[in-house]
Amino acid sequence: MSRDRTHILPCCQGAVTQRCCQPALWKMTENCFMHHRTKVLTIDTMNPNVKKVEYAVRGPIVQRAVQIEKELKAGAKKPFSEVIRANIGDAHAMGQRPITFFRQVLALCSYPELLEGNEFPEDAKERARRILQACGGGSIGAYSASQGIECVRQDVARYIQERDGGIPCNPDNIYLSTGASDAIVTILKLLVCGEGRNRTGVMIPIPQYPLYSAALADLGAVQIEYYLDEENCWSLDVSELRRALVAAQQHCSPRALCIINPGNPTGQVQSRQCIEDVIRFAAEEHLFLMADEVYQDNVYAEGCEFHSFKKVLFEMGPEYSDTVELVSFHSTSKCYMGECGFRGGYMEVINMDPDVKVQLTKLVSVRLCPPVPGQALLDVVVNPPRPGEPSFNTYIKERTSTLQVLAEKAWLTEEVFNTVPGITCNPVQGAMYSFPRISLPERAIQQAKEKGQAPDMFYCMKLLEETGICLVPGSGFGQREGTYHFRMTILPPTDKLKIVLEKVKQFHQSFTQQYS
Amino acid sequence: MSQNRFQNLYPPMPSIFMAPTEIMYDAKHLFLFSHTQGVKKPYKEVIDICWGDAHSGGTKPLTFVRQVIAVCIYPELLQETTIAPDVKERARRLLRECPGGSVGKYCVCGIPFVQDGVCEFISKRDGGVPSYPEDIFICSGSQNALMFVLKLLVHGKGLAQTGVLTPIPCYPTFVMGLTELGAAMVPYYLCEDDGWCLHVEELRRALATSRSHCNPRILYVINPGNPTGHVQSRESIEEVIRFAAEEELFIFADEVYQDMMYAEGSQFVSYKKVLFEMGPQYSNTVELASFHSVSKGIMGECGLRCGYVELVNLDPSVKQSVTSAFNTERNTAVIGQIALNIMVDPPKPGDPSYPTFSQVSLHETVEALPGTSFQAGSGGIYAYLRLDLPQKALLQAKEEGTDPDLMYCSRLLEEEGVCLVVGKEHGQQEGTYHIRICIGTTSTRLKEVLRRLKSFHLRFLNEFS
Repeated sequence: MSRDRTHILPCCQGAVTQRCCQPALWKMTENCFMHHRTKVLTIDTMNPNVKKVEYAVRGPIVQRAVQIEKELKAGAKKPFSEVIRANIGDAHAMGQRPITFFRQVLALCSYPELLEGNEFPEDAKERARRILQACGGGSIGAYSASQGIECVRQDVARYIQERDGGIPCNPDNIYLSTGASDAIVTILKLLVCGEGRNRTGVMIPIPQYPLYSAALADLGAVQIEYYLDEENCWSLDVSELRRALVAAQQHCSPRALCIINPGNPTGQVQSRQCIEDVIRFAAEEHLFLMADEVYQDNVYAEGCEFHSFKKVLFEMGPEYSDTVELVSFHSTSKCYMGECGFRGGYMEVINMDPDVKVQLTKLVSVRLCPPVPGQALLDVVVNPPRPGEPSFNTYIKERTSTLQVLAEKAWLTEEVFNTVPGITCNPVQGAMYSFPRISLPERAIQQAKEKGQAPDMFYCMKLLEETGICLVPGSGFGQREGTYHFRMTILPPTDKLKIVLEKVKQFHQSFTQQYS
Repeated sequence: MSQNRFQNLYPPMPSIFMAPTEIMYDAKHLFLFSHTQGVKKPYKEVIDICWGDAHSGGTKPLTFVRQVIAVCIYPELLQETTIAPDVKERARRLLRECPGGSVGKYCVCGIPFVQDGVCEFISKRDGGVPSYPEDIFICSGSQNALMFVLKLLVHGKGLAQTGVLTPIPCYPTFVMGLTELGAAMVPYYLCEDDGWCLHVEELRRALATSRSHCNPRILYVINPGNPTGHVQSRESIEEVIRFAAEEELFIFADEVYQDMMYAEGSQFVSYKKVLFEMGPQYSNTVELASFHSVSKGIMGECGLRCGYVELVNLDPSVKQSVTSAFNTERNTAVIGQIALNIMVDPPKPGDPSYPTFSQVSLHETVEALPGTSFQAGSGGIYAYLRLDLPQKALLQAKEEGTDPDLMYCSRLLEEEGVCLVVGKEHGQQEGTYHIRICIGTTSTRLKEVLRRLKSFHLRFLNEFS
């Protein structure tokens, strides 16, 4: 390594230090030799966990969809005039109307001068006043306590208690969060530790909502996959849980079991018996239960009912209710509210070790607090108009109608897809998605592999290019080897949904023909 | 559940810090409890001036901001005659930019319209230095943004553990964040006697000593400072940039108080601007993350949780990974993004709402009390006073088994109902004691705080003389 600096042009000499005297690092530019400083953040020096993270719901197919939208805007000619984003469970983006009462209360909280006027009903004003009184300086612009505004947590506790037939709920066990995702990741942060064979393993369903796999990759946890049973309407079989656990014990330390009920992407609603079995399993195997229940109001199928994990746990008696550690998650983004953009959510922690709870409380304080408008929204969701109040009729009408329309669309989707040879669709019992299985011709699978794409990604990309419909390939959620799926939301307005279903049907038929 | 199932989240914090805020908050809650039990106190209410939270401190939100938000939430208000036309126009524009026309929609990296506005703001602020939307990441507050960027860089153990040069004093939430991510904090001391300025020799010393136990890669600066209020001169910023370039450090410039300048003649200049004015050997190479937020400034919308980070000179190889990583988690509340849009593109002279969207002046007249010294800052939202505690007080604290500044603050809370932040939470040189007061509040409130503080302080000095 030469220390001779005579070759360095004067303009650069000031920046040169000992480390820089390597000719290989000099890069020629127009006017002079510029020192090529090694960047601090390169693909090699990046946090390796971050590199592993993928999130299919917003992955390459969505990026292509965004590109196509730009092309259309710029006037490009395509066999369709718009991209239909049936990839993400975003109700309002698909035209679902918000609940009037909620928006009224939020508007009042945002601009309290409206409390003086006549535009808003008394019950909305009363709730807004109550929320504002609990905010610093009477403003939703003040920081709240990290765990969330106390009166909101109390209201959430009351809601849970009513929902679960009177089983007590302690507001201290409620942590408000920035959507449910934030709470899920927070709990995972607490759980993941250890090295090598002691590294935390977390059981997740396949197919799963890819937030889980992304978070586990990000935290460097071990992903333990248990398969839902497609032949039986995506039900959960405890023997499969056991199989997965036993296999995992060889190489990690399983500590948690995640359930999504109603399921995403599968939409199945677990039976009460199933939930009991899962709780028993978790108790036997000393696992921390994480129950993702954000779709709890989205239940459509005959004979299906939402059973909260907490309720079932407590009805199983103290042997379980005193010991099994459970966290349940909920949010304002789904159900009939669909307010994804407000980032409202909470978790209830049950039977958590008090010392760990202290750590949890500290952990949530690092992000200061969840968005206060989201907390306010959550408050009014758990404390909606009651019979006799001025806004009750409108509220009930809007809520019922939204859920009813979703139920109709769920049924319509299942029906149409099952008329297509090569597509089988399990009943969409709940949540917001269909996850039909598609059979792909061998030639298509080959071509996909040649392209280095998962076969269902290949299929979905073609679908996007030819019809403008954006779905998420099943490979993004996980599926049994040799099977292919896509996830489509049931959110587009009914007439649009009918068109989408028809187009997918036609595409599938032509695709099958093309590659047979 | 046994403790060992959970990660040991908070290994003992560096000894210059103590567990943040808990202790004062416990004290405050204990006190509030006794208050509700009817215990008589010489004051009616506790004044909490811990947080840099203007609204909690009695500052009113800006009408334009809140009207636009209300209209976006409930577009029926567009029919209201009492709402100014520029409010309606802004709300309509924002709603158009939300697909589905609703603020209830997910917004991944940020509403593009808002990102564009941020770029224009930055560029205008920096005298034309360009800013690009793909470099702007809108997050749920600057803390969230800090954690996001830290996470890209922090990894490794032992000698490979990423080290972050951190100013002392520093606000405790940042340090907690470092602990959460497993970064090594590398403290560098700001010079109190020199108005809390940053001396590069001190940076050099800190860096050199850190190399024996970690891999320092990040240099964190807060400008204007928290808690100090010190605003860096251009020369100082240049020195820091030169240092970062030499030592191959990624600069994290926390500039959330940039719109809160109050001293006569003082001026904020951004790290980015200075970087670009230092010529291509720096402006093309030095990696910089600069952070801003709607929590401070004249809007003070802490509860809406919105901020952004601009990433400058990222290596092309990482851009895709950074975007993918960001897509996974970052969903910033739409309401917050609306506030951000207004912050970067406020009403202009001539707009109907301009007169009410006026400057809120900070009342920074914190006079020095006997037995304290105060290096007045030029910006930010805090006054950071040094307490020169009498020897007897130090001994008393030792007897009580507590820290002198904590003893001082606990008594202040008890006797006068004023809740401040103890200096130890920020880190301080051994044997020095400080208190932090949020001055971003109404002048009435601040006067009351100072009155009570003075009354207590003189009594305290008297007791321990």
